[in-house]
Amino acid sequence: MLTDQQRRSRGPQELAEIARDLRIAMLKMLHKAGSGHTGSSLSCIDIITALYFSEMRHYPFDAEWTGRDRFVLSKGHAAPALYVALQRAGYISEQTLDQLRQLESVLQGHPDSRRCPGVEASTGSLGQGLSVAHGMALALRDHPEQPRVYALLGDGELQEGQIWEAAMSAAHYHSANLCAIVDHNGLQIDGVVAEIMSVEPVDEKFRAFGWHALTIDGHDFAQILQALEAAQNCTDRPTAIVAKTIKGKGVSFCENSVAWHGKAPNAAELSAALAELTGSRGE
Amino acid sequence: MSSRILSTRAEYGQTLVRLGERSRDIVVLDADLSGSTCTNAFAKRFPERFFNMGISEQDMICTAAGMSLAGKIPFASSFAIFATGRCWEQIRNAVALPGCNVNIVATHGGVTVGKDGASHQALEDVAIMRAIPTMTVIVPCDAVETRKAIEAAAWYDGPVYIRLTRENLPVIYDEASPFRIGVGSIVRAGDDLTIFAVGLMLHIAREAADLLQREGISARIANVSTLKPIDASLVASCAEETGCAVTAEEHNITGGLGDAVGEVLLKTHPVPMERVAVNDAFGRSGDPKDLLRYFDLTPEAIVQASKRAIERKHALAARAKDRKHATPA
Repeated sequence: MLTDQQRRSRGPQELAEIARDLRIAMLKMLHKAGSGHTGSSLSCIDIITALYFSEMRHYPFDAEWTGRDRFVLSKGHAAPALYVALQRAGYISEQTLDQLRQLESVLQGHPDSRRCPGVEASTGSLGQGLSVAHGMALALRDHPEQPRVYALLGDGELQEGQIWEAAMSAAHYHSANLCAIVDHNGLQIDGVVAEIMSVEPVDEKFRAFGWHALTIDGHDFAQILQALEAAQNCTDRPTAIVAKTIKGKGVSFCENSVAWHGKAPNAAELSAALAELTGSRGE
Repeated sequence: MSSRILSTRAEYGQTLVRLGERSRDIVVLDADLSGSTCTNAFAKRFPERFFNMGISEQDMICTAAGMSLAGKIPFASSFAIFATGRCWEQIRNAVALPGCNVNIVATHGGVTVGKDGASHQALEDVAIMRAIPTMTVIVPCDAVETRKAIEAAAWYDGPVYIRLTRENLPVIYDEASPFRIGVGSIVRAGDDLTIFAVGLMLHIAREAADLLQREGISARIANVSTLKPIDASLVASCAEETGCAVTAEEHNITGGLGDAVGEVLLKTHPVPMERVAVNDAFGRSGDPKDLLRYFDLTPEAIVQASKRAIERKHALAARAKDRKHATPA
C-alpha cells in the first residue's frame, strides 16, 4: 500500500503507464461483457487515473474512513473506466471484472454504490451527480481532514438544467472543496454536441456562475495534475476543470467516433485495439 | 381526547429543532418556502446546518442525497407538488436507488392548499412516492402523530416521504399513543364497516362515523398513516371483522390510500370497498372548506360510500345464502 506521499509523487510517465494498463483491462472487460460505453470510458480514463492514483486520498483497506476524498462519476455510463480503476486500486478483485453487466454482479451497467465497493454514489441518470457531490462537499466542509469531492461530468450532460442549479448553489455556498471536471470530448449519442445543443463557452459559463474555471488537455497528465493542484489552492470557490478530450482516446478506430459511444469491441476489434495499446508500450 | 387544533407544519419545525439539539448530524434543506414549511424554525436555531437551496428542488433533493452519503440525516422540504413532482426521478435514482437516508417532508398536500389553486395542490404525490421501490410513505393526521412520524423518520434507515397539510388539524392522539412506521391504529371501534382514512380526511371520517351512528350504523375507523409499507394485518383483520370498507383520502383516486388498501384486500379478504377521493380531477381555487365540498370530500360523501359498501356486503351475503340453499350437498 502506498503512502500519501508516494502516491502524490507519481509523475506523468508513471500515470500514463497505469492508464494504458487500465485501457487494456477495460477493453477486455467490455469485450467479455458484450456491451458498454467504450468511447465515453476511453475519453475520461486518464482523468480517473490521475484522481485515483495520484490526487485523491483514499485507502481501499479502510474504504469507509470518513476523511477520504470522494469521487462521483456523474457521467455514470463511463462506469467501465471507474471499475478498472477500482480494481487496480484494490477495491474489487480481478475476477470481478469478468462479471460486468451480469445479473448478480457488483459491476452493474451504471455505478451502484450499494453494491460495488469504492463507488461513492449511484449514477447513470445524467445531471444529478454534481448536486450529489456538492451535498457531500457541504456535509464534509467542517471535517478536520478537509476531504475533497470530485465530480466527473460529460459535456453533453451540461445540457441538463440541474447541472446549472448545482453550479449556482456550489458557488453560493463557496464550496471550495468541490471540483467538477468536464470530460469535454465534443460528442454525445446523437452526434456532435455543438450541433445537437451547444454548451459553449463551458469555462466562461462556470466562471459566470462564480466558479474558478480552467481549460486543459484532458489526456496530458502534467496538465491534469497541475489543474488539480490549482483547484486545491483555490480556497474561496469551487473549481471547474474543462478537460478537452478525445472520445475513444487510445484506440485509433474508436477515436472521435459517435458509433463507439455505447458499444463494446468484438474479438477482432479487441485484438486490433490491444495491438495498438501494447505496441505503444515502452515508447 | 383533546379539542386542540394545531398546525402540523409548525409541529414539524419544532420537532426539527429538538432533533437538531439531539444530533449534530441533522441537516435541513428547503427550496425557498421555509416560512411556509416551517423549516425556518430550524434555520433560526441552527443556521450552519440549514441550507436554503433556492427555487431548485432537483438540486435540493440530490444535495440531500450527497449529504446522506457523507453521513448526515437530511430533511428536505417544499410543497408536496414540488417536493415530489418536480424531482421524482431524482428521488428515485439519487435517493431511493442507493438507499439514502433522506427524509422528504412536504407540506401543502391536497386541495385544502386553498386559493393558490390547481398548480399548487398535490393530488398525486402519494401515488408517485408509493411507486418508488423501498420508499416509506406517511400521512400523519395531527400534530402529535406528525411529531412522532418525523422523529421515527430521522432514525429510520432509508428514504421516507411525509405529507403534511396546510390546514391546522384537531389533535386526537396524546403523548402516550404509540407510533411505529408501518403500524396503523383503530381510532374508533365499530362493527358494520371499516373506514380507512389518513391525514385531514381522518377527521372528516370521524364526523361521518357520528352521522352513521345516528342511523344505527357502527363504523370502525382505522388510521393507516403509513401508506407504505401499509399495515396489512390491520387492514385484513378489519376487513374480516367488519365485512366491508371505505377509504377516504385528500388525493386523486388513483394510486393513493384506496389503491393501497385495495391491494391488501385483494390478497387477503376481498370485501366490498368504496373510495372517497378526488375523482380524477385537478384542484382549483377556493376556501379549503368549499373545496372539500366541491370535490365531495365530506362527511356526507363518506356516509353515502359507507351505505353503498354495507349494501354490497349484504347483497353478497344474501347471494351466498341463496347459493347454499340452491346446491344440495
